[in-house]
Order: sequence, then structure tokens, then C-alpha cells
Amino acid sequence: MTVEQTTTTPAPPALELAKVVKSFGAVVALRSGTITLEQGSIHALIGENGAGKSTLVKIIAGLYRRDAGTFRLRGEEVDFHSTAQSKAAGIAVIYQEPTLFPDLSVTENIFMGRQPTNRFGRIDRKAMRTEAEEIFARLGVSIDPDRITDGLSIADQQIIEIAKAISLDARVLIMDEPTAALSGVEVERLFAVARSLRDEGRALMFISHRFDEVFALCDTVTVMRDGSYIATEPIAETSVDELVRQMVGRDVAELFPKLPAEIGDDVLVVEGLTRPGVFHDISFTVRAGEIVGLAGLVGAGRSEVARAIFGVDPYSSGSVRVSGTALPKGNPNAAMTRGLALVPEDRRKQGLVLDESVSRNITLAIRSTLTKGGLLTDRAQNTAAAVWASRLEVKTAALDAETGTLSGGNQQKVVLGKWLATEPTVLIVDEPTRGIDVGTKSEVHRLLSVLAQQGIAILMISSELPEVLGMADRVLVMREGSLTGEFPRSEATPEAVMFAATADKEDAK
Amino acid sequence: MTATAPASVPDTRSARTYAAYSRPLWRRVLLTRESAIIGLLIVVIAVSLAVVPNFDSPLTVTYLLRDIAPILLIALPMTLIIITEEIDLSVASVVGLSSVMTGILTQAGWPFALAAITAILVGTIAGVVNGFLVTVVGLPSLAVTIGTLALFRGIAVGLLGTTAVTDFPEFWSDLAKDNIPGTPIPGIMIPFVVLAIAFAILLHFTPFGRSLYAIGLNKEAASFSGINVGRTKFWLFVMSGAISGFAGVYFTLLYSNARGDNATGLELQVIAAVLLGGVSIFGGRGALHGVIAGVLLIGVLGSALRLAGVTSDIINVITGVLLVLSVVSASLLAWLRRRRISAIGKKKERELAASSS
Repeated sequence: MTVEQTTTTPAPPALELAKVVKSFGAVVALRSGTITLEQGSIHALIGENGAGKSTLVKIIAGLYRRDAGTFRLRGEEVDFHSTAQSKAAGIAVIYQEPTLFPDLSVTENIFMGRQPTNRFGRIDRKAMRTEAEEIFARLGVSIDPDRITDGLSIADQQIIEIAKAISLDARVLIMDEPTAALSGVEVERLFAVARSLRDEGRALMFISHRFDEVFALCDTVTVMRDGSYIATEPIAETSVDELVRQMVGRDVAELFPKLPAEIGDDVLVVEGLTRPGVFHDISFTVRAGEIVGLAGLVGAGRSEVARAIFGVDPYSSGSVRVSGTALPKGNPNAAMTRGLALVPEDRRKQGLVLDESVSRNITLAIRSTLTKGGLLTDRAQNTAAAVWASRLEVKTAALDAETGTLSGGNQQKVVLGKWLATEPTVLIVDEPTRGIDVGTKSEVHRLLSVLAQQGIAILMISSELPEVLGMADRVLVMREGSLTGEFPRSEATPEAVMFAATADKEDAK
Repeated sequence: MTATAPASVPDTRSARTYAAYSRPLWRRVLLTRESAIIGLLIVVIAVSLAVVPNFDSPLTVTYLLRDIAPILLIALPMTLIIITEEIDLSVASVVGLSSVMTGILTQAGWPFALAAITAILVGTIAGVVNGFLVTVVGLPSLAVTIGTLALFRGIAVGLLGTTAVTDFPEFWSDLAKDNIPGTPIPGIMIPFVVLAIAFAILLHFTPFGRSLYAIGLNKEAASFSGINVGRTKFWLFVMSGAISGFAGVYFTLLYSNARGDNATGLELQVIAAVLLGGVSIFGGRGALHGVIAGVLLIGVLGSALRLAGVTSDIINVITGVLLVLSVVSASLLAWLRRRRISAIGKKKERELAASSS
């Protein structure tokens, strides 16, 4: 199973971790962390949530200290006590959500804390700007070095983090789920940058939940499970099925278990929905038992349409009907009463009250129906919550555990449970599997499939093309606020959907 | 109370069962901020009874409860408002305004009951103004109610100038001052207890109360759950205005004195007591029994120290220190608890993962 354990390689590996252990009190977060990053190579690290990837990265970044095991940098044993030491040793970590100073310029952010000075000891803005321009030219990206960072896309902010790393001459770059919030075009640009860094001889580590990206970008892949190293293989010698099996430790029959469902009448009918500047003249229907995928780039206005349908956001004209009755504008409560449910895009901010218990979160939307003589008791909430937690196999110690302490996948199950508890006829799911592990992902897919089979109309917004193509009976595509394509399952190819999602943009360039 | 098993979800795998609570009952009940404040209140009362002369006289009880009644009353809606992460600083000015209205209308020859109802109505309108500015216009309640604090006080003082109305029908002022027959407990405690029970049920045992905590902890998730955040807050401000108006009528009768500057500074005493009672200024946390204990604690402590001959400056210092300590200890406890829960959660999850693989 293992390769690259040989000592015959001429140059020492850029970074080498072997059998690294880290525990927090009685909890072992990392049992045996092993990974070897070669210079001039992109190495994927994959594993389910809780597999120990983040702990491993934090040890490399100097946030945690290992309890045991070896950690070598270019052949020499190191032991970091702080992130500053890790940085000084040439390691840069780029997180999913960059932490830049929004009010400072791009250049100032790149050189924060170590601005070049001129001979009077003052900040040499000119030198700073020139170097920033050079780095951007090298990366082949066009970002104005003088603009303030506020308002830049997450993709551009990541590029700035990378530019920062290059200006520090980092030899090891670790990217922790950098593509989670990026659109297709942005991902391609990031990959181009990553490849050019690889070709300069740097070592890159890429953490992702998306297999297509791992296969498109990386040379080698390491799989972790339950805090332990499982295998390292060259990417050419493995397959998605193989990796999934290694990650979950069992066979996942298929990632997208699509069950045949009987398709009935129109349940959700949206006509001419318009909100100036956000989306325009959106019309579509979703029928009972049907899963309709809504694809498009991030920022195409898909979530905004979903929120307007549900009534959280306003719209200026158009209509929404559920099972024949029109929904009033801007009234989520009315939408819920008519059988609409929305599992929102951002589960931490919109889907959950993280500081409240699992029980209270699951019952928040049905709290009024749980009353007895107008009174709502903990007991009633716990009884109802237990039903849904158990149906969705939420992993939690107790129902009064704060929801924020659960893993991402389990938090998503809580949100799903909260909305399924309302017994909806129309379920809108916005990025239902973002940032959750493969095992939970396929559980969510199976659930959606079964719900459709039971006659629920499902609108699924997703930025993951395989998910849309794998699950949907029909695919709608949005671009810049308008519907630009509709494909039945048989005609929905990745090329057709991507073309509809990007066509005009590409033409304009 | 069996929740109906939904037919729409697969039930092929073995159903997991859940403990409702991660801690035993006694820990959930006793290891809370509310219990700590109630415990402290009992200690202070016990010590005062033993040490402070005259503390055990019925008269002490009567005066204590009479004096803190307005704070007790206003603390009820204030608790709800602070739980939704808002604040109402204008309550004392509403008390003043209501007091002036009562005085002017009585002086003008209105029947007292009508004057009182009008004054309460004026308080309610003041609450509507606050609620409108906060929820419809969308301004922060801190700024809005600082403004209306000055505005309502200004109107109150403007209406009556520096004069005072001191002549009220004996029947009504006796009603405000009299005790419940056979006890040292003032009659105002009857409406207070009724309101306190109503507010406790509203906050802790209704869907409306649940929505207040959700709003305080995460407004956005609350509105995504079908809670009308604006309307909910609007009604809280209206409630606050109405109860402050009622407190204003009581205040007027108790001291037979309607003046523009009545109850100046009362808002800070109310907020201090609410925070001492365990309500988080960041919203989403707190319980009504803790707040009532908080008001009583400040009242009892002040009363006992005064009887023991301590000057009011020192009393202020002591209450201030108590408040700061309570806020610090709250943060500390929350931090400790979060650490403990996350450690347990991770351990459990790990065990579950280990047993399933």
C-alpha cells in the first residue's frame, strides 16, 4: 500500500511526518499521522470529517505540538512552538476562509507586519507595490494591488494569501479546502497557480472533499481515517471507488443513490420572479417526486431565488405557488404553513442556532405544533427531536448538547431534521453537502432520493456538478440572475451545464 | 406525548436512542447562574437577619418591597428585551412621563382611574415609538432608547415644569401603600406576582419564548425558521412601555408625588439587576427566576447596609462590584462549560465511531 517510504530518493522530502500522535485530554485526535510531501509535487490529503486532517495541518502550522512521532523538514527534525516558527521555516497554510484586513490595500495585506523600509526607516510603498505586481504577474492573475481587500471574492483573497506565502518564499504550501467556496472558473485559476508553484519546485498539500479536483490537480494522494494514516498512492494508480473505500472503511455502494420515483403534479410553481439587480424573470416548476437541480456559478443568484421563494428575501414581481395556492411575499411563516421548507446555504449562520441544543434546533421550526394547551415543554421538544435525530442518525452524546459542538456533517443532519420535521411538500436544499464528508454525503443523497420517492418535490441547489448530475431528474442552470438552461436528466452533460452556466462570460472575454 | 413517526424517511437501520440530557437533574438545576444568585440572596438574607438590627422587622420588608416594586415590574419586560439582544434605556423616562400624565390629568379633574389608564396608554405609545424606530426604521435600540430617554424625560419635565402634583384621591394612594391584610407584604406584590407568572410562562413555556432565545443567539437563523424577528421585538418594546407606564402610576401614588424627574436613573438599576440575575447582555441567555432574585438581592443588600448605617456611596460601590463580579463569573462559567461539553462530545463521537467500525 505504501510507497515513498524509501530512503533512496536523492533530495530529502520537503516535509515528512511519521506516526505523529496528538491527543486532547482523553481524546485522541491523531493516532498516527504520516505524510511525505516531495518537492515539486502536489499531494492530496483526504479523509472524512474527524479523520484528523485538520489536526495534522495544525501541527504542521505550529498551532499544536505533537505528543509523539517525527516531523522533519528537508530532512531535519523540527519542533514548532508557534505559528511564527512554522512560517519562518517556510511553511504557509492557506485556509478556506482567508483572514485579511478588509480595510487595507492588497499590497499592504501581502506585506503585513514585515513591510520593506527605505533608508529613512519608512515604509517603502513603491518597493512593496512593485514586488506585489511581480508576484501577481508570476501567478498570472490580475488583481489591482492598490485596491482595498474589502469586497474581493474569496477566490481573490486566497490568491492574496498565496502571494503572501510566495513573498515569504514558502517552500511548503498547505491549502485547506481552498475550493469549497469557489466557482468553476475560479477553481481553474487556483489550479493554474498551484501548478506553477509546483513547477517552481515547491511542495503543495491540497485538502479537498471533491474527488474530481483531487484527480485533476494532484500527483499523489494520502488517505486518513479515524486519526490514522491509511494509504499513500500515486494518483494514476487509484480510483474514486478505491479512495472512497479507504476513507470510509467500507464499500459505499454509490455516491449518488438515485431511486426511481413516480413523478406527479406540479407542486412548486414559480412565475416571473424578479428582484432588480439580483435575479430576473425566473420561472420554473417542481413536480411531486421530482428532484430538480439548480446549477450555476457561485453568485449567479441561485440562493437569492431560493430565499425569495421561501420569503426570507423580498422580490419585486412574479409569483410563487405551492400546491395551487399563492404564497404571500416576504413571509417565511406562511411558506412553512403551506408546506415549504428551506435548508439554507450557510448552516452555521442561517440553518442553526449553534449555541442552542440539538433538541431545540430540531424543534425550532415546529415549536408551535408541539404545544399542549398553548404550553411548550422540554419534554415535548426532546421527544420530537429524538425521533428525527434517530431517523437521520445524528451522532451526539445527548439531545441537550450544544449544536456547535457537533461535526459539520452532523450539524447538517440537524438542519435536515429540523426541516423534515415540518413534513414539507416542497423541500429546497441549498448546497446540502457543502463541507461534509463522503459518508454523510451519500447518506444525505440517499435521504433526498427516498424523500422524492415519497412524493416530496425537491429543489436542490448545488455547486458540485457531479452531485447535480447524479441526483437531479431535471437540471436548471442560472447565470447572472437569469435562467439560461434546462436539461432533462438524459441530456444533462457536464459540458452542456457548464456552457449554460458560463457561456456569455466566456464570450465577453 | 409521542411524536408521530414520519412516514417519509427510511427506517431500515437500527434506530439510535438518545439521552435527553448530558447531566443529571441536580446538576442542571443547581449548577446554574440562577441558582447561584438565589443562593447568594439566601445567604445575604440569613446574614442580615443575624447581624443587622431591625432587619427582621415587618416594616423593613414592607419598605423594601414597596421601593423595589417598580424595578421588579420593569425587569420583567426588560429581561425579554435583553434576551433578544436589544435594550430599552427609556423605561425610567416613561415612568416619569406616565407619572406626570397621571398628575396633570388628576389635577384637571379627571377621575383617577381614567387618568391612570391614560397614563398607561401614553407609556404604551412610548413603547410603540421605540418599537417602530428599532424594528421598522431599523435603528439600533441602544441609540434609539438613549434618544427617547431624553425625549420622554423632556416631555415629562416640559409638561409639568418644576412643579409637582401631590394631591391624589385617598382611596387610590391608600391602595398603593396598603399591605395585603395580615401581612407585611405591600399590595403591589399581587399584580407583580401575576405579571411575573405570566412572563415566566411566556418566556419559558411558549413558542414565543423559544423564539426570543433564538433571536438573541442568531437573528438570521431565527428568521430562516419562520420567526418574524421585527414583529416580535416590536411587541416587546410595547410591553416594556405599558409596564413602565403602570410602574409610573404606582410610583406617583406611592409617594403622592407627580414630577417630571420621578424615577430618574431607574433604568440603570433595572438593567443592573437583570444582568446580575444571569441574563447575558449579548442575548440568548437568562431566566426570569434569576432576574427576580437579582432585583431582590440588590434590594436586600441595600436595605441591610442602610440599616447597618452604611452610606449610600458605599452601597453603590458594593452593588457595582457585585455586578462586575457576576458578569466576570458568567463568562468564566460559560467558558468552562463549553470546554467540558466539547470534550465530552468529542469523546462520545469517538466512542460511537469506534463501536460502529
